Amino acid sequence: MNYDDAMASYDPVMGLEVHVELGTRTKMFCGCSTTLGAEPNSQTCPTCLGLPGSLPVVNAIGVESAIKIGLALNCEIAQWCRFARKNYFYPDMPKNFQTSQYDEPIAFNGYLDVQLEDGEIFRVQIERAHMEEDTGKSSHIGGATGRIHGASHSLLDYNRAGIPLIEIVTKPIEGAGVRAPEVAKAYVAELRELIKALGVSEARMDKGQMRCDVNLSLRPHGREKFGTRSETKNVNSLRSVERAARFEIMRHATVLDDGGTIVQETRHFHEEDGSTTAGRIKDNAEDYRYFPEPDLVPIAPALAWVEELRAALPELPRLRRARLQGEWGLSDQDMQSVLNAGAVQPILETIAAGAPADQARKWWMGELARRANESGTDLSEQPITPGQVARVCALVAEGKLNDKLARQVIEGVLAGQGEPDEVVAARGLAVVSDDSALGAAVDQAIADNPAIADKIRDGKVAAVGALVGAVMKTTRGQADAARVKDLILQKLGAA
Amino acid sequence: MPGITREEVAHLARLSRLELQAEELDHFAEQLDVIIGAVARVSEVAGLDVPPTSHPLPLTNVMRADEVRPSLTPEQALSGAPAAEEQRFRVPQILGED
Ligand SMILES: [Zn+2]
Repeated sequence: MNYDDAMASYDPVMGLEVHVELGTRTKMFCGCSTTLGAEPNSQTCPTCLGLPGSLPVVNAIGVESAIKIGLALNCEIAQWCRFARKNYFYPDMPKNFQTSQYDEPIAFNGYLDVQLEDGEIFRVQIERAHMEEDTGKSSHIGGATGRIHGASHSLLDYNRAGIPLIEIVTKPIEGAGVRAPEVAKAYVAELRELIKALGVSEARMDKGQMRCDVNLSLRPHGREKFGTRSETKNVNSLRSVERAARFEIMRHATVLDDGGTIVQETRHFHEEDGSTTAGRIKDNAEDYRYFPEPDLVPIAPALAWVEELRAALPELPRLRRARLQGEWGLSDQDMQSVLNAGAVQPILETIAAGAPADQARKWWMGELARRANESGTDLSEQPITPGQVARVCALVAEGKLNDKLARQVIEGVLAGQGEPDEVVAARGLAVVSDDSALGAAVDQAIADNPAIADKIRDGKVAAVGALVGAVMKTTRGQADAARVKDLILQKLGAA
Repeated sequence: MPGITREEVAHLARLSRLELQAEELDHFAEQLDVIIGAVARVSEVAGLDVPPTSHPLPLTNVMRADEVRPSLTPEQALSGAPAAEEQRFRVPQILGED
């Protein structure tokens, strides 16, 4: 069966659950640092270790970030809500429960408009966004490649336990049809941009700061009742979100077409081949015994505070992109290339440093994008700053560099030879526009190409290009081409 | 209020990853019944107009500034652990996942 066949028979329904690790300095309920990469168990305290007698206190920035996310997702903000204990016995939480929110999330009933590749806007309804905490990190010893299966024992590092998480849950996403995988990817991408724009997290999926679970079911076209869903856990890149949704659509369709039934279970996603494999079966025995957290008091955000946060929300990423596209005068396709290259920020900063938009885009999307691509690095990681690119643009505008020389200056900066002006000085790069210096080269070019010179004398001015080229060659590209052209025309009496 | 059943105790034991013998199930069912019964008396006092509470004090919005406080040292953190390895808490084989 191929994808089109599957879609001819079935209609996919998705639910996406995204966990975002907030970028707060401290954990959600204690003052332990959240810095990544610290040595094991060096960022724990009685509270996040769940030791007797310890008491949690909520991180104000954690609550503020949750409200900001809720507002940006067009949610209602609860006037009063509580934390709840989600009880389970698994050593990744030393307390034997995770502090979360249950039936009283801080934000609910929202939506996020996402733009698909052809420009169509798809509205994803948001069920809720709630506050909780991350778990510790376990490593399994003695089994094959760190899997639990076959392990003799496990080791726990609780540095991550208690780091603030916001879980954002969509309502069932219906009506995406064939485009369901694309919608899933676009939603997570837009959400990531939104989180970054709010400044509440870097939302790096490769660092686990943002993780996605993809719930998916199929139903025959025309049927209202949802089919049985599978829950693919920890899909941790945008591309994987799309692949996981597509793989599950195909898998469900194959099972259903063979007259089989889908088992409600968690699935593991495999990055290498984009497949999923069965995990835990979700029988209805899952029972977390949620109850209101007695150690924390309710959160009742004052209306004035919420309105203050609403007023300070940044421009939504989608609207900002549209605005920039207009300001920069780009086609949809050009804007898409800029976005794909991650060039928006560098271009903006280059413009802010004084360069014209088209020049800033030319460098970042040309030389620098090519170099980033070749080395498999991010554009923002190139060893050149927007300020330096802007300086090169200024040197070109002042007539001190031409395009070819500017390219060499950029190369010099990338090679660590210093600031643009230092590279210009060290390499002796400067446009020669001094008539006496150019005169000899121009005379030589005329003498070497008598036939062309005659044409120009006869008024065929277009032929001047060949002579300009000759002068540029003898001056190794350093001549001011416009000045050279003027000089030739003058000398041949065609000016 | 109906008493707590043997089946409920067995369910709780399973959720808590506790292995209970048949006689223990009966024993705990009886004990828990007494405890629940005592707590249930509260609802006799509280009328329908009294909503259940999760906290005895009428406080909201107790929050702290996002400022780092000193953590325990890894040695201190691990000092109460039954077993440690590679500066991590060592726990027995985890069952029922993956
Ligand atoms: Zn702590």
